[in-house]
Amino acid sequence: MYTPAALHIPDGFLSLAISLVFWAISILMVGLAIARTKKALGEKQVPLMGVMAAFIFAAQMLNFPVAGGTSGHFIGGTLAAIVLGPWAGLLVMMAVIALQALLFQDGGLLVMGANIFNMGILTVIIGFGLYRGVVDRPRRVRLAVAGLAAWLAVVASALVTALQLWLSGTSRLAIVVPAMLGVHMVIGIGEALITAAALVFIEQTRPDLLTAKSVSEKGGRGWVVVGVILSLLAVSLSPLASTDPDGLERVAEDLGFLDRGLPAPYAIFPDYTIPFLGETPLSTIVAGLIGALVVLGFTMMVGQMLRK
Amino acid sequence: MPIMHPFPLPISADLKGEILVVRNLHFTYPDGNVALRGVSLKLNAGEKVALVGPNGAGKSTLMLHLNGILQGQGEIWVGGVPLIHSNLPYIRATVGLVFQNPDDQLFSPTVFEDVAFGPLHMGLPEEEVYARVEEALQAVQMSAYRERLSHHLSVGEKKRIAIATVLSMWPSLLVLDEPSAGLDPRARRHLIHLLRELSITMLVSTHDLSMVRQVFPRTIVMDEGRIVADGPTETILSDEALLEAHGLERVDC
Amino acid sequence: MHFDLADRYHDTDSRLHRLDPRVKVVTTIGFILSTALLPDGSWAAFGLSWLLLLWANHLARLGLDFTFRRSFLALPFALAAVSAIFSPLGTPLAEWRVAWLTLIPTDYGLMRFVSILLRSWLSVQAAILLVATTRFPDLIHAFEHLRMPAILASIVAFLYRYLFVLADEALRLLRAREARSAAAPGWRSGRSVAWRAKITGHMAGQLFLRSYERSDRIYHAMLARGYRGQLRTLHPHTMRAGDWVFIGVFLLWIGLIHLIGQL
Repeated sequence: MYTPAALHIPDGFLSLAISLVFWAISILMVGLAIARTKKALGEKQVPLMGVMAAFIFAAQMLNFPVAGGTSGHFIGGTLAAIVLGPWAGLLVMMAVIALQALLFQDGGLLVMGANIFNMGILTVIIGFGLYRGVVDRPRRVRLAVAGLAAWLAVVASALVTALQLWLSGTSRLAIVVPAMLGVHMVIGIGEALITAAALVFIEQTRPDLLTAKSVSEKGGRGWVVVGVILSLLAVSLSPLASTDPDGLERVAEDLGFLDRGLPAPYAIFPDYTIPFLGETPLSTIVAGLIGALVVLGFTMMVGQMLRK
Repeated sequence: MPIMHPFPLPISADLKGEILVVRNLHFTYPDGNVALRGVSLKLNAGEKVALVGPNGAGKSTLMLHLNGILQGQGEIWVGGVPLIHSNLPYIRATVGLVFQNPDDQLFSPTVFEDVAFGPLHMGLPEEEVYARVEEALQAVQMSAYRERLSHHLSVGEKKRIAIATVLSMWPSLLVLDEPSAGLDPRARRHLIHLLRELSITMLVSTHDLSMVRQVFPRTIVMDEGRIVADGPTETILSDEALLEAHGLERVDC
Repeated sequence: MHFDLADRYHDTDSRLHRLDPRVKVVTTIGFILSTALLPDGSWAAFGLSWLLLLWANHLARLGLDFTFRRSFLALPFALAAVSAIFSPLGTPLAEWRVAWLTLIPTDYGLMRFVSILLRSWLSVQAAILLVATTRFPDLIHAFEHLRMPAILASIVAFLYRYLFVLADEALRLLRAREARSAAAPGWRSGRSVAWRAKITGHMAGQLFLRSYERSDRIYHAMLARGYRGQLRTLHPHTMRAGDWVFIGVFLLWIGLIHLIGQL
């Protein structure tokens, strides 16, 4: 009955450094989300978030036949972000991903931070950011943008998954990016159609949930900025990674993100390995933690932007 | 599960006299739907009262007022204490409200956690919580289900556990919303037996008039947000004109 | 028609089942972390890790091959790692031309690919063993007592409780759609993909509203039982001698694995 979706990375496929970096980002964003939703929802936070997470889980079971035995699936991050707001949507997606990893081994534990980032944080920022930008436009425009945002969120999520696999030394860029993008550009169409159709239904039945005012209250203009930036990044990086993988690898090498001379667990942040520790697991952890701190600082800046 | 022999319940705190007084209660939902238009009623300690009437009569709305979840205009007194915001903790421990759908009432993963939720949030010490869970499960004859997962229970079992979740708070007044809805005949028989055995004041809304006849000496009829009749069950259930006028059917059993 | 996942937990009584859930959570994560830290191609250390798993399987009394039989879950994802075989490092083993690509498998790439698969396969088995021997509510408590924020624990507990209720509702909706999507003779059933997606979207919308309203009713049920925004839980777990022994053996073994792995 339960069918795993293709974006849940299992343990073992990402390097420890990458896993720790994305854990740091996810912990920070989830922490912010807890504080924000507690302020906005008060006592209702726990039951609403819990039941909505169960809704996303159940909605992911709603598949529809596309063609040739494959079926369209639903991830739901964009829908959750639009109707519940970005912080609540993020918390809901995080709960779903955590349960899928714990209960079904769909996605790993050590790499859960990356999965939360890819399927939760990224889809919520792109989904809500783009929709928030057109919140007071006519219905047709809003639905079109919601669909586009849902599609883009899935594609961006696939792209980042591919990049994480590449930076971990698990996959070759030239192969994994076109493969992931190809599959998810199709899956994304289902996501877009379902998201738009669900919004139509909800707006007909409970218009109060989707008024420009109630959507804007849940997240400020900062979301639009971050959402548009991430969308543009995804759109410009995808063709680059597919057509000129060597170029991207060279850039990553120059920036010190990737060193082809080192075996996997040490492939990221080689410049940060601690000299007196040598190439030991401890050194990897320390290097990972330093990287995590850098990213943490960056995430906090983004978090500041997203505060109202 | 066989019907077990009756046993005394230490559960109810001893409140005497008028346990519930409602005076001229009015309530309108935010969408403009007027649900209650001046409801007044009194319940004495030890009474078991049925609340009947068609769907949309205002039964559930009235029940949600009895421990302050909805707040309309009018007066409500519980055990001699007025229902105002500062009294809510006392009122909610005194009035045990069981919702119609047990899946809404049982919100914890395990039976134990659900029955412990009330006592725990009353701030009782741990040993007391354990003792109360044990006692409440015994009262509904479900002791063996302590460690079960809620989603593995049948509807009848869920309904019994739902009652246990408020019994563990030692309420003086039990308010049940349609407890027999959706039960198969055997589960319904068990429930009727349980309601007869529980020595606690109760107000129960239902469409099940044959259960009313078996359990409740007094019946209140509601329609369109008003109380239209209140009296001994025998008198009310034999008044065919009254039943007819408010969408109820006569039962002989 | 009932969404049931009870088979993830295996209700037997064993040493592993009786361990404090916190111990199981910490050792599982420790095991996965240890596996991630093993260098590529440290076959002996991978073997020792597997022995540790076998020992845990034995303690769980579920049969030695219990986790092995269920461990193929992550296999589809292995596709993502296949490209590691064509690493630019190492000695070329062959040269394949597929369409516009020239693929050169190398010995280093092959070792890397197998190591990734082994890591993933060992990690997934540890996670399977954790849920097979620990009831999910205990697992949530364990995380909570390990300082995960109480709000997250409660949200996941609600998710777990209503997963089954809402999954049943989703199945009912799917069943209702099937019952109505019959094809008239000579007509193709189901119309276009866009139309099917629209119907599915409406189902998602409906499910959302039902869930949203249900969360209101649950909130009321919580209020009725004295909830005032502060969730409280009991603390039923206590560490016993057996738990400390298990941790001791586990740590020794992990130490041995890494000693061998670094050789």
